[in-house]
Amino acid sequence: MDFDVLIIGCGVIGAACAEALAAYDLRLGILEADNDVANGTTKANSAIIHAGYDPAPGTIMARLNVAGNARAEALCRRLDVPFRRIGSLVLALEEADLPTLRTLYERGLANGVPELKLLSREETLALEPNASPEVLGSLYAPSAGIVNPWELCYALAETAVRNGASLMLETPVLGASPIEGGWAVKTPERTITSRFVLNCAGTRADAVARLFGDDSFTILPSKGEYYLLDKSEGTRVGHVIFQCPSKAGKGVLVAPTVHGNLLVGPSADESEPTDTANTARGMALVRSRAVRSVPSIAFRENIRNFAGVRANSDCPDFILGPSKKAPGLINLAGMRSPGLSAAPAVGEEILSILAGQGLALHKKTDVVTTRRRVRFHELSEAEKNEMVERDPRWGRIICRCETVTEGEIVEALHTPIPPRSVNGVKRRVGAGMGRCQGGFCGPRVQEIIARELGLDQTQVLMDWPGTWVLCGRTKGGEQA
Amino acid sequence: MTTHELVIIGGGPAGLAAALSAWEQGVRDILILERDKEAGGILNQCIHNGFGLHRFQEELTGPEYAGRYLDLVGKTGVQIRTDTMVLDLDERRVLHTISPQYGYEAIQAGAVVLAMGCRERTRGAISIPGARCSGIFTAGAAQRFLNIEGYMVGKRVVILGSGDIGLIMARRMTLEGAKVLACVELMPYSGGLNRNIVQCLNDFDIPLYLSHTVTDIRGKDRLAQVVVSQVDETRAPIAGTEMVFDCDTLLLSVGLLPENELSRQAGVVIDRRTNGPVVWENRETSIPGVFACGNVLHVHDLVDYVSAESEAAGRAAAAFLQGKSPEGPELKLEPGFDVGYTVPQHVHKGAGDVEIFFRVRSVRRNTAIRVRDGQTQIARFRREHMAPGEMETIKLPRVLLDRVQGDTLTIEIEEAEA
Repeated sequence: MDFDVLIIGCGVIGAACAEALAAYDLRLGILEADNDVANGTTKANSAIIHAGYDPAPGTIMARLNVAGNARAEALCRRLDVPFRRIGSLVLALEEADLPTLRTLYERGLANGVPELKLLSREETLALEPNASPEVLGSLYAPSAGIVNPWELCYALAETAVRNGASLMLETPVLGASPIEGGWAVKTPERTITSRFVLNCAGTRADAVARLFGDDSFTILPSKGEYYLLDKSEGTRVGHVIFQCPSKAGKGVLVAPTVHGNLLVGPSADESEPTDTANTARGMALVRSRAVRSVPSIAFRENIRNFAGVRANSDCPDFILGPSKKAPGLINLAGMRSPGLSAAPAVGEEILSILAGQGLALHKKTDVVTTRRRVRFHELSEAEKNEMVERDPRWGRIICRCETVTEGEIVEALHTPIPPRSVNGVKRRVGAGMGRCQGGFCGPRVQEIIARELGLDQTQVLMDWPGTWVLCGRTKGGEQA
Repeated sequence: MTTHELVIIGGGPAGLAAALSAWEQGVRDILILERDKEAGGILNQCIHNGFGLHRFQEELTGPEYAGRYLDLVGKTGVQIRTDTMVLDLDERRVLHTISPQYGYEAIQAGAVVLAMGCRERTRGAISIPGARCSGIFTAGAAQRFLNIEGYMVGKRVVILGSGDIGLIMARRMTLEGAKVLACVELMPYSGGLNRNIVQCLNDFDIPLYLSHTVTDIRGKDRLAQVVVSQVDETRAPIAGTEMVFDCDTLLLSVGLLPENELSRQAGVVIDRRTNGPVVWENRETSIPGVFACGNVLHVHDLVDYVSAESEAAGRAAAAFLQGKSPEGPELKLEPGFDVGYTVPQHVHKGAGDVEIFFRVRSVRRNTAIRVRDGQTQIARFRREHMAPGEMETIKLPRVLLDRVQGDTLTIEIEEAEA
């Protein structure tokens, strides 16, 4: 056997499993179809660690959401991932919403959500002055938080790799066949054998399960479109602002991001697993719904639209556990919202599932449990000078909007999972995430990636395979 | 903390011209802070000609125009510090900078000239629907790839927006062997200079679709198609007018925004119309000793005007350092009918002749610009043709300003006679 455990898919769920398992004495492999980790739903969602009053009591969703929320802060501190426990408000904007608030409140109590409180109109507006004056009351959940979801995934996956996990990028699964005591998994380059296989394939988890002979569930991908507004709008609200789910739909949220921007969305439309296109209709819907909660949002400050695809499924709960049809396959599927919130608790969950399946778990003696990343703009004056003295590249600002230095970019390109694309660098250090959207720094980032990874600039992609940026030299461009 | 008499933020055409004129006025301790690897600003990537007709009475390329100023500045004692980013500016004129050479440094300036230029509006700013594939560039970013780095960005191109950079790039991409399929403009008129429409589109048979916009972007990985639709008077796409272009590149030339993040940090009052600082006739902002010029103040059409404006700002900064400030009662300038903005936004009555810059909101033929003091017309300037793509200017002589009764002058376009 090549591996004791083979993880398929390295989004935040796969990475959480990997980080937990890599602390044990076993052979661990991770397959990722894309050229980077965190490149599916993990990079395009609401970036919320929910409090846990939404899922029905008794579900896996409810249990892992509340447990994940409780663990998020310590995990993010340990792995140096931006997280802020800013609290959330569900607004009641019409009479019919008030009983819904009460239901959510009671559900929250049953799920064990701490410090939940029903607020009056006045209390709500005192807490959130830019909320709609039409608000009738709200459900306040101080434990809700905001996180950088892709950095959480990088941190988990990097730590797993540091602890010996073997990550194989651009390695889609083409087939699987049972072998004595495990599975043979076919990939384009070779066949990989493993005793256990974890299916963390997100929006394509049903297709992966079917390769193993498990057709017990179907993923129903649902696209959500978003607006990301400039930092000038970043303090429009101080909490995550939800609307009550109603006949008109689930409602859209308005929330600050850990980077200081304002996030508005999502819509919800049936889609293909990889369809992340924005639509005029979806964007208009987000705008019109959002201003019901926060009328003063200045959408002219928009810097980017994006869409993410959630892995909804035909099962009302997370599909989390050993496959009944394919022994040795463990599904972690249908992990739509609150999947990200559950992620900090998924590691322990998978350890207990695998232990129950007979996997012997022996803790390694020498395990990396922390991670640090230097964010130049957060350093003190003295620390900045120290960095520049040690390496002048830390004094060269490449991304002017987000104040990202060449030093940070070079460092990211030499982490255990080096980015190989302009957007990979953007997600790791923030270069190009600001108001000019890489208009100024894009060409310089392209050049730095090529230099550091020993590539020609034409080989540096925007993002996933096929997203080429440059097609060749200009006439006489070799002399440039 | 180090100190300098005059610190200029930005080493593009505005910063260089301001430095030169301040030097000529006797200021001897001038520091230009430039964030890029070289001074010269965006001119360095504008390798086409058409610069300098007003300023030098000859036709230069962008780098040549920048070179003229760099040569002139090189003969002075003005210091240029490249690779240097200003992180913070406050109302006491203290700057915090970072550079590979000097690390993190605080500088107290006697006077500051803001000359940071502008940036391009992006896909996000106008929320174009469609796939999130590669192959979508702002025209300026593509221009940098071609002209500075020496790389081509694609082979079949559609350009959205008819701003000057987009038009210039239509020609540039064509000359590099790419096929430019269309230039698409939301408004019923072009946003660029007429000469660029002729020389960059018409001469290469590139169709210009006015009152059209991009309504969808298709492509799984790299851009494969854009859908272009006609728009109605409210700029809403008209169903059934879709044209599909097979292309691998979409260039955006959909407007420029003055880069005033530092100005805002310092507390400089910003004009919502220009997105630049509110200034007096000497280009002084709401903070005494802080001046602004060039595209950070308002987006110009010709660099020659940037130079002229910046020389005035440099002179004013020198005068400020020498203890001389303009005096006299304040006169407010109000944009009236079909005038988008004015620069300056207010003037001192005793300041002498004042030149006023503005842009009109729509294309106008055989009309006039009117200056009103209350209900009284005090000046009228005939114009055969005016367009939003071209900056307008009028000069108000001191004698005229002296006679003004009220505290506000309105600049407006005469409505066409029915």
